[in-house]
Amino acid sequence: MEKKTKIDAENGKQDLTITRVFELPVELLFKAYTEAEIVEQWMGTKVLKLENKKHGSWQFETKDPHGNVVFKANGTVHEFIPDQKITRTFEMDNAPFDVQLEFLEFEKLTNDTSRLNMHVVYRTPELRDQMLKLPFEYGINMAHNRLQEVLNKLK
Amino acid sequence: MNLRRDVFQAIADPTRRAILLLVATQAMTAGVIASNFDTARPTVSKHLQILTECELLKQEQNGREIYYHINAERMKDVADFIEPFRAMWEERFNKLEDIMKNYKGN
Repeated sequence: MEKKTKIDAENGKQDLTITRVFELPVELLFKAYTEAEIVEQWMGTKVLKLENKKHGSWQFETKDPHGNVVFKANGTVHEFIPDQKITRTFEMDNAPFDVQLEFLEFEKLTNDTSRLNMHVVYRTPELRDQMLKLPFEYGINMAHNRLQEVLNKLK
Repeated sequence: MNLRRDVFQAIADPTRRAILLLVATQAMTAGVIASNFDTARPTVSKHLQILTECELLKQEQNGREIYYHINAERMKDVADFIEPFRAMWEERFNKLEDIMKNYKGN
């Protein structure tokens, strides 16, 4: 089966691109990035703040069942063009990764399909590779459990 | 798991990446490898040792010389090191797609 999500991370470079084609109109894809309740569901994190405008800022936070903060991130929006483009920064709190710059381009393919092109620029190639090497298996398991929760709620 | 991490550390270093690229073109001795870098020879030896320990390079005796080869099998593992990262985004995007398809129906 062809992989829907593609990562292009050239060796020794400080950036990468993530590309994905969705069976969704571009307006719905874009909405998934701008409505806090929806972002919370697919990102599996609480949205404390999400200002969809130039010079707006955002803040996400994830707590474990005991109320301990396990993930916190924030950033600023630099460009916001509905259904087309979001340029923003991303920084994880209490992590040695420094801020990263994200260019999100939303592209209409047909009336029912769209493509997201995410270009992420890190401060150094080493920081990029460190991000890639995070123990993501853990994250995937967490995401999987949350997916189950979301699906159960929908039933 | 530790071994995997070691491989990541190995390729995080720019000189070691350059060595891998160089040796990928053809097998060569430590001396020839070192002559391609401004770095002091003991430093290059240290890099070779690390690359050999995590099995990205293989040593082969040829007469009196030891040649370094790329371990293709191991390099393939490294090429896959992006996979968990990719899988994480795939999972998120699948979820996004499911949620929004449902949204459309509302």
